[in-house]
Amino acid sequence: MGKTLAEKIFETHLIDMPFPDTWVLKLDAVFCHEITTPIAIDDLERRGMDRVFDPARIKAVIDHVSPAKDSKTAEQGATLRRWARRQNIVDFFDIGRNGVCHALFPEKGYVRPGYALVMGDSHTCTHGAFGAFAAGVGTTDIEIAVLKGVCAFRRPGTIRLNLEGLPRPGVFPKDLILKAISVLGVGGATAKVLEFRGPAVDAMSMEGRMTLCNMAVEAGATSGVCMPDATTVDYLWPFIGPEGEKLYATKAEALADYARWRSDEDAAYDATYSIDCASVEPLATVGYKPDQVMPAAQLSGVAVDQVYIGSCTNGRIEDLRAAAAVLAGKRIAPRVRGIVSPATPAVYAQALREGIIQTFLDAGFCVTNPTCGACLGMSNGVLASGEICASTTNRNFNGRMGKGGMIHLMSPATAAATAVAGHITPAL
Amino acid sequence: MKTLGGPLLFLDRDDINTDEIIPARYLNEDSREALGPFCFEDLSLRGFDRAADLSGKGAVISRANFGCGSSREHAPWALEANGINIVVAESFARIFRQNMFNCGMVAVELPKATIAEVFERFSGAPADLVFDAEHRTLRFAARDGGNQLTVPFVLGDFEMAMVRAGGWVQFAADRY
Repeated sequence: MGKTLAEKIFETHLIDMPFPDTWVLKLDAVFCHEITTPIAIDDLERRGMDRVFDPARIKAVIDHVSPAKDSKTAEQGATLRRWARRQNIVDFFDIGRNGVCHALFPEKGYVRPGYALVMGDSHTCTHGAFGAFAAGVGTTDIEIAVLKGVCAFRRPGTIRLNLEGLPRPGVFPKDLILKAISVLGVGGATAKVLEFRGPAVDAMSMEGRMTLCNMAVEAGATSGVCMPDATTVDYLWPFIGPEGEKLYATKAEALADYARWRSDEDAAYDATYSIDCASVEPLATVGYKPDQVMPAAQLSGVAVDQVYIGSCTNGRIEDLRAAAAVLAGKRIAPRVRGIVSPATPAVYAQALREGIIQTFLDAGFCVTNPTCGACLGMSNGVLASGEICASTTNRNFNGRMGKGGMIHLMSPATAAATAVAGHITPAL
Repeated sequence: MKTLGGPLLFLDRDDINTDEIIPARYLNEDSREALGPFCFEDLSLRGFDRAADLSGKGAVISRANFGCGSSREHAPWALEANGINIVVAESFARIFRQNMFNCGMVAVELPKATIAEVFERFSGAPADLVFDAEHRTLRFAARDGGNQLTVPFVLGDFEMAMVRAGGWVQFAADRY
């Protein structure tokens, strides 16, 4: 019997099994941000264990509320900043260099095929796009992860999701993952690894794969994963090739090495689902759960107050390009507030070079610095009660972007078309 | 080991998420205790009166997929700040469940039919939950004395070790 990618990672990273089916894994990387890490830092200090297992394997960023919006968030940033300095964590990203964690860390080359990694953030599953096992965990797990470089899991089964065929123009990875969540349900992949396979994934950029894996947790999955392939190697090449760490002399060499992590042909899955991508339309969520979706074309009666483009789901350069292509030469509706948050400084700079930022400004959007802020209703675009937001983020929970606000999740292209129309509408 | 159980809070809905347990706008608080007043502030549940229903409770019973969404350990902390350290449900989101045990708290699953029976027999009137670690049973008892139900529960060795140790830090800091 063959093995899945997740099984291979579990077996190669196991360092202890204190109880049956309690797999304590050795971690290749631990990511930290300023919302869930400070209480772990305080606790370690209080216990007299203020140290880290390996500063080079810890990456930290202030991203959720940046710049700080009040004294409390300033203190959270200050705690993380002081800790990073004290522990010699070189890869610490403060304002000016910071970005949304799940966009920034891949962009820096910190995620590699075969890695086991954790972060105190549920959307850590994003990094599985590189063929890694990447799990969101709580503050206590982060506390032990930074101290000891380990984390405990039950061995997860894997659900295989075949994305058959190719999506039509105007249909994006966001539409495919919304469709997948509607098929699986919000608890349909709980504690499983969700493996994305098929021609649509093979043809997809790393940015698109990250969008898919990002929302795996919205079906309950511990990690999304994609198989490492030539696209993965191309993305990582500046970091692993002769210009980077010199791990491989040629791309073929890297590809051959990474291929060992791919799920075997005869691997066993807990379940297999298939989606015909050609039949998927531009979608949007309705209600307070991400598995409640409808074709955007059927939601033209929903007028919106705000359109938000950004986040770890859809704040990357391809997302901004897709939105700008829709906005070019147009103005957003007078009653709509448009906000775009490029996810990282590199995304921002690239969008500036390509004229995309100008397109957003000409259309009437506000362009913010990279931050998570609005997605979880902490800053930079909080909704008032009764307001409706078309958003490229990942959660439409009650009150998520502001108490009493309503969120409709959709792709950047649909969000841009919605901003222009003033009500939900697909781009094509 | 913490004292587990107490007066029951009935939350009759699937998919109660972390943002409902503790909204993100309070994640800038710097202590676990400070989260207490905001617990369930955004809970979408007909008839739920936060001030009246949450006061004095020690346990929660709910339906499927409790704690879905965010990784925030602020959700267990907000419950604990209100005296609640055990949640009984049909199923849990993985991270929430792990966070509960990592804090030495308990998230225990019961079959759908058992959960339904508990709601049917006990909700709507004051009732208590007793967690018996030794016999691995949960006892539901109406405050008026008449109605009682004792059911077995299953927890793994890891989970029981977390409950006994008081959490993952206590367990792991010495071992690794």
